[in-house]
Amino acid sequence: MIPTAFDYSRPTGVDEAVHALTDGGEDAKVLAGGQSLIPMLRLRFAAPSMLVDLGSVDEMRGVRDDGDALVIGAMTTHAEVLDDPLIRAQAPLIAQATATVADRQVRHMGTFGGSLAHADPAGDMPSVATALDATFEIAGPSGRRSVPASEFFVDYLTSALEPDEILVSVRVPKLAGWGTHYEKFNRVAQAWALVGVAVAIRRSNGTIDEARVALTNMSSTPVRAHGVEEALVGAPATDESMAAAGQHAAEGTEPTSDVSASADYRTHLATVLTRRALGTAAGI
Amino acid sequence: MTVTEDRSGAEVGRERLRKEDARLITGRTMWTENISLPGMLHLGILRSPMAHARITHVDVGPALEMSGVVEAFSGRDIADMQGAMPCVWPVTEDTVLPDYPPLAVDEVRHTGEPVAVVAARDHATAMDALEAIEIDYEPLPVVLDMEEALADGAPLVHADTGTNKCYTWVLDSAEAGTGDDVAQAEADAEIVINRRYIQQRLIPAFMEPRSVVVDPTGEQITMWSATQVPHILRLLLAMSTGVPEQKIRVIAPDVGGGFGGKLQVTPEEFIAFAAARRFGRPVKYVESRSETMLSGHHGRDQIQDVTLCARRDGTVTGISVKLLANMGAYLGIITPGIPILGAFMYGGIYKFPAYRFECSGVFTNTTKTDAYRGAGRPEATFALERAMDDLADELGMDAMEVRRRSWINHDEFPYTTSAGLTYDSGNYEAATEKAMELFGYNELRREQASRRESGDPVQLGIGISTYTEMCGLAPSRILGQLRYGAGGWETASVRMLPTGKVEVITGTSPHGQGHETAWSQIAADRLGVPFDDVEVLHGDTRTSHKGLDTYGSRSLAVGGIALVNACQKVVDKAKPIAAHLLECDPADLEFVDGQYRVKGTPGAGKTLADCALAVFTSHDMPDGVESSLDADATFDPENFSYPHGTHLCATEVDTETGRVTIRSYVAVDDVGRVVNPMIVEGQVHGGVAQGIAQALFEEAVYDADGNLLTGTFVDYTIPSSADLPDIVTDRTETPAPGHPLGSKGVGEAGTIASTPAVVNSVVDALRHLGVSDVRMPCTPERVWQAIRSAQDGAQEGGARL
Repeated sequence: MIPTAFDYSRPTGVDEAVHALTDGGEDAKVLAGGQSLIPMLRLRFAAPSMLVDLGSVDEMRGVRDDGDALVIGAMTTHAEVLDDPLIRAQAPLIAQATATVADRQVRHMGTFGGSLAHADPAGDMPSVATALDATFEIAGPSGRRSVPASEFFVDYLTSALEPDEILVSVRVPKLAGWGTHYEKFNRVAQAWALVGVAVAIRRSNGTIDEARVALTNMSSTPVRAHGVEEALVGAPATDESMAAAGQHAAEGTEPTSDVSASADYRTHLATVLTRRALGTAAGI
Repeated sequence: MTVTEDRSGAEVGRERLRKEDARLITGRTMWTENISLPGMLHLGILRSPMAHARITHVDVGPALEMSGVVEAFSGRDIADMQGAMPCVWPVTEDTVLPDYPPLAVDEVRHTGEPVAVVAARDHATAMDALEAIEIDYEPLPVVLDMEEALADGAPLVHADTGTNKCYTWVLDSAEAGTGDDVAQAEADAEIVINRRYIQQRLIPAFMEPRSVVVDPTGEQITMWSATQVPHILRLLLAMSTGVPEQKIRVIAPDVGGGFGGKLQVTPEEFIAFAAARRFGRPVKYVESRSETMLSGHHGRDQIQDVTLCARRDGTVTGISVKLLANMGAYLGIITPGIPILGAFMYGGIYKFPAYRFECSGVFTNTTKTDAYRGAGRPEATFALERAMDDLADELGMDAMEVRRRSWINHDEFPYTTSAGLTYDSGNYEAATEKAMELFGYNELRREQASRRESGDPVQLGIGISTYTEMCGLAPSRILGQLRYGAGGWETASVRMLPTGKVEVITGTSPHGQGHETAWSQIAADRLGVPFDDVEVLHGDTRTSHKGLDTYGSRSLAVGGIALVNACQKVVDKAKPIAAHLLECDPADLEFVDGQYRVKGTPGAGKTLADCALAVFTSHDMPDGVESSLDADATFDPENFSYPHGTHLCATEVDTETGRVTIRSYVAVDDVGRVVNPMIVEGQVHGGVAQGIAQALFEEAVYDADGNLLTGTFVDYTIPSSADLPDIVTDRTETPAPGHPLGSKGVGEAGTIASTPAVVNSVVDALRHLGVSDVRMPCTPERVWQAIRSAQDGAQEGGARL
């Protein structure tokens, strides 16, 4: 299929991009890597009047070290994220999850920020950012603001971004000494996750001090599995405590039933996958 | 029995890289979509969003007002000239053949059915204009489930026919005199197995979407189409529209795959043909992938009730099959015949004394079904091989041992089955032995036992599939008995050019198979010319004026013989000319290594190239000899071809998540003599992948209103290489008797064999947990549910999901 006609703007700076978006009115949309938007255009599920293509905004690309955090430009492609030495060393959870995103072609086009701004609960990056307590740096007509991951994902395909705002970068705390793991379950290798579990866990000796667990595709947004996290604090790092904590994985979630899987099955998967992810992250 | 002639040369049997690959892989070739003609209009087709509705109002006017839109019409506008979509295989005298207009006129019967057309100066404008067409529908009741469709009072898909039943076709070995009576076998049986298996609906996912260009401006109306069947298409266009056959030229340029999905004449082709004639200018239609999924014909979709009768020692005494086959809303070119192609294969490789088969075709408000790789035979092989495993389980016997008890031994060929086919050759013992060895059968059984013992969350399953198939479609006489509308012969021509080069013209129509390479290899050996000197022409009814195209693993098995015969005619025709040049008696000549030589006299002879030049100049021809070395040959087989093999699959099943991972896969196939081993291996790999896809991944799903939920590759999950195992392939070689090359078909073998191997393996991994069936595709959720139902004790005679 062919999209309906639209105006097109290709700014080279963030401010210019915000201007273009504002000028474009409420039907203007931001085009990042296009891996979600272009299919929607082609299927005519979306018909924006203008596309603001961020492909030439160089300041939105790349990863930099900012002390206790990494700052990832929103337009950094998945492939660039995957190859980045800082990411590999300081945010291995992102690297591991990124490797599971779709296929090689998509990873070379799709962007880290685009997959977050799209706010698809079946996407891998939203739950990873949620588990890492990332901070979202946003630019709009009235300047810049920061939003924590816990407030960024508002609803299905809805983020805290206003229509005239752009996600510029994401700040990811370095989790030195933490163990992390992303457990993804899908029907075929390039499919969306039926369920995914992102885990970060900190232990001293044989005891778990802190755990962060976020679930992919278990609600209309990525969700933290607080029941699991609470059950783990102070628990011994054993298979038994992982299994016991995993039982809380689906608490408070609202998974959907669709052609790919039933809600019941997703609930079951969340429990099993959480147990497995915890075990791997804790190194047991 | 004719003994296969041993004429192995330098080329046949050689792993030649395919000569067509460079252009196919780079795409730098003539695909239908690449064709652009002066004044050409681009068609957009509006499709029904309703599964069943009366069209109460259509107005294409608003679309016509848009800039760039040149023409627009609805079904009513072209009702008198569009022709009707043909079905050439009414399998019984009383088969219901409903009206099937290419563009719906009054009523739509499945989502995606074409309802109106716009023609614009470019594709994008055509797409925009579709949204401007005004159309109103009055919804009618929808029926999707086959058993509901046959129930009293069910909504009718075609009200005027008074029924949703298309036909009932029966084959009974007692009545046909080909075997015993099944009812008696059942009464006498020591054990009877009753099973229901479901063949889910699949969607052929060829790489190139269906595309068509029609040019009405020349002497003839020329149609380029991404089709498997250019010859059949021309014939049916002529018969259906009344345009004289000689005024139609059909060209299948390079075609990007088909898998049976392009063994069709399509409404889109007919619509484009009508549009071009109506406008008097060229038109192009290229469908989107969503349109392929929605309206290209689907495959499979059967409910199979199987009864297997056996003795306690495992010997099977009879099989009875009751089938419901979903036709969809309309009949495609051979829709009713697809399950009938399977009817002859429910005996597989076995000596079943009694056989009964009954199939009813059923109309529903879904996209029509038709041929999909294997076409009837994968379905039959699946039900049979699943039932053989279930029998082994009931008897507590090894699954391979049960098969051994009943299979035809190599010294029993030719063997006539209770379905009435005469299998010409085979060696099931040899293929099985080789497969078991490569697979490490006994070792895997030991590992399986230890995993069961330790309660490993990941269980191991071993799946067996032994198969044979009837391919090489087909003996015309048998097709006639089955009420098929055409013959099954194939044709080839050989043209010797003055420079000694060769043009081979084939009536088969490759769409990825590699005929140009394989036919060149055969001709090179037969004519004694270099491989590179042979050019293979195909797919254009002007150059290849006669043919029955490519499907049913027929091209080499039937068309290959036509080629061999045409080559032989050329060799025979050149003999008197060579004798004349050598100044000897033709009777003293032999044709060896591409040279005519006086028998027993080594040294310089005359080549075909020498003769070709002599014929071209014709300055000095022997008296009474025609100045031509060209030859045509048409071959009609007396029997089908019966490749066979043994496939073994080991799966690891994660009992916590239900995930199935194929650990190893061994395919040992016997396709007779092989022309190009690399092409054969590729066919097996692709076929196995497609069969695994049915077993584990793919299913077309409609919602209750008849909307296709799996209309994109996001929801219709075709596996990629990342989801598939390494496939170990090997062959045994039992030459096909009566075939000068000894070759059997290979195009569908992998698809036929692999699906039951995988599902048997999944069930085998879980039998000790009480699971006796998992419905296809065996998704993680279905496997998990099967385990859960078994654990809940809710399972009676098998988990049915």
